Amino acid sequence: MTNISRADVAHLARLARLAIPEDQLDHYAEQLDVILQSVARVGEVAAADVPAMSHPVPLLNVFRDDVARPGLDREAAMAAAPAIEDDRFRVPRILDEE
Amino acid sequence: MKTVPFDEALTRYEPVIGLEVHVELGTQSKMFCSCSTNFGAAPNTQVCPVCLALPGAMPVANRAAIESIIRIGLALNCSIAEWCRMARKNYFYPDMPKDYQISQYDEPICTDGYLDVTVDGKVIRVEIERVHMEEDTGKLTHSGGATGRIHGADYSVVDYNRAGIPLVEIVTKTVVGTGALAPAVARTYVAELRDLMRALGVSDVKMEEGSLRCDANLSLNRPGDPWGTRTETKNVNSLRSVERAVRFEIERQAAVLDDGGRVHQETRHFQEGDGTTAPGRSKEQAEDYRYFPEPDLVPIAPSREWVEKLRLTLPELPSVRRARLAEAWAIGEFEMATLVNAGILDIVEETVAAGVAPDAARKWWSGEFTRAASERGVEPADLPVTSADIARVEELIASGALNDKLARQVFEAVLAGEGSPDEVVAARGLAVVSDDGPLLEAIDAALAEQPDVAEKIRSGKLQAAGAIVGAVMKTTRGQADAGRVRELLLERLGVEG
Repeated sequence: MTNISRADVAHLARLARLAIPEDQLDHYAEQLDVILQSVARVGEVAAADVPAMSHPVPLLNVFRDDVARPGLDREAAMAAAPAIEDDRFRVPRILDEE
Repeated sequence: MKTVPFDEALTRYEPVIGLEVHVELGTQSKMFCSCSTNFGAAPNTQVCPVCLALPGAMPVANRAAIESIIRIGLALNCSIAEWCRMARKNYFYPDMPKDYQISQYDEPICTDGYLDVTVDGKVIRVEIERVHMEEDTGKLTHSGGATGRIHGADYSVVDYNRAGIPLVEIVTKTVVGTGALAPAVARTYVAELRDLMRALGVSDVKMEEGSLRCDANLSLNRPGDPWGTRTETKNVNSLRSVERAVRFEIERQAAVLDDGGRVHQETRHFQEGDGTTAPGRSKEQAEDYRYFPEPDLVPIAPSREWVEKLRLTLPELPSVRRARLAEAWAIGEFEMATLVNAGILDIVEETVAAGVAPDAARKWWSGEFTRAASERGVEPADLPVTSADIARVEELIASGALNDKLARQVFEAVLAGEGSPDEVVAARGLAVVSDDGPLLEAIDAALAEQPDVAEKIRSGKLQAAGAIVGAVMKTTRGQADAGRVRELLLERLGVEG
């Protein structure tokens, strides 16, 4: 049973900025479905009395003091930048969004 | 763009407003790392592996920021969550190198509060939906386009110094029933929030530096109809703009609806220049941020003891302070509102503390200095005149060495950088002529010039004396005490004052 539609795949692809050709949407829908079904099987094991868990360790309130410390110097910070202009990261133009 | 005059729009439609205010906290370090938050540092010099999203870097929450947001929540009469989590807001945009922003989703730390604002003598309760913790984004500069705006830009450059600075978002519930007051309510609410943040000491709340930012939501509906489609106006960077943006959207949306059109749900941008709004990103396709609990940060569970301890640190609230000062200065709500709206309450209080009578302090700041500040395009408090200067000039007035007119000349000179009041008085030779001799000479000359007026005064028409007093003030170039001139004049003519 396929629960993931072609439209779902197209939507996910857009969110992930992946260019998936029309003729491959069904293919990925099937694959995603297998993954989701596997995850769903884990859900079957969890009884109603097992709460959903977002964190694997039972910790609360981990804070740091508000003290500023030097980070990276600019050269190190920008060492892996694909392009630099005016000491800033240069990025391709962004369309349709603001 | 077609608009309907404001007053006319309100005869047919009811505005519904909602406000989202972002406050950048004034902590020393960022929200999830120890980078400095100083404003104006050289680009990309306050960054580290955490805020640059380098692999393996882990965030840790800043305790001072959490304390600040709890105090903000308490001051806004909110409930403080016993347990909540941060969430990832996923989106592709280079202002955040992680490709997500750490924020809060369905578990904000503060909920259900309110802030009362007074507009036109009416107390309006603005209900607060939520106050949540998040991090600020980097600063993008668009290049290559004609306008510096994103449309038509060839590329953008990014400075991540701001990325990760603690940001508090305060969201109101919808505010209905404000009618023609809607623009003023929006402005007053933001002003009140700003004053509150300042009193709490959690932020420098400078709208011009972006440490307080406002998005204004507005929709219109005909009386009795369901609420209309709302727009969200961004780029509203001053209190005045908040008011203008709401006002303009009322005028614009009314024109759309009058023509039988429909308002598009969209983000619009306020244009500072002409006070209009222009369409930005359309929200026809709902945003899909795929929020999920931030796995790298553990839940926050403020103990009730901690919350109560923070409650004890709350300062006198701005509304309470205003009531206290209004009573001490014996002024009404209207006069107080005038001071607040002009942004001179703090400086007037400081001037009173320097020993100036409250009435005099208010008079100078709301008259002379407000005018001078608006001419120069600065805030009154930033004028080059001090409370001590005003105290000194008031002393000189009280001793009879200066009158009001001369005092104004002294301040003009002080503002022009000619030195302290004493230096100006000495340099310009400004002093009330207190010797009666020259005054009597001037009075006689004026009487001789206007014998008909002299006759009127003699026959008991005392209001005619003003003409002679005025003439004497003119010949003495304002350096006479008008009251003394009048006394001498009536004495001269043998008339009872």
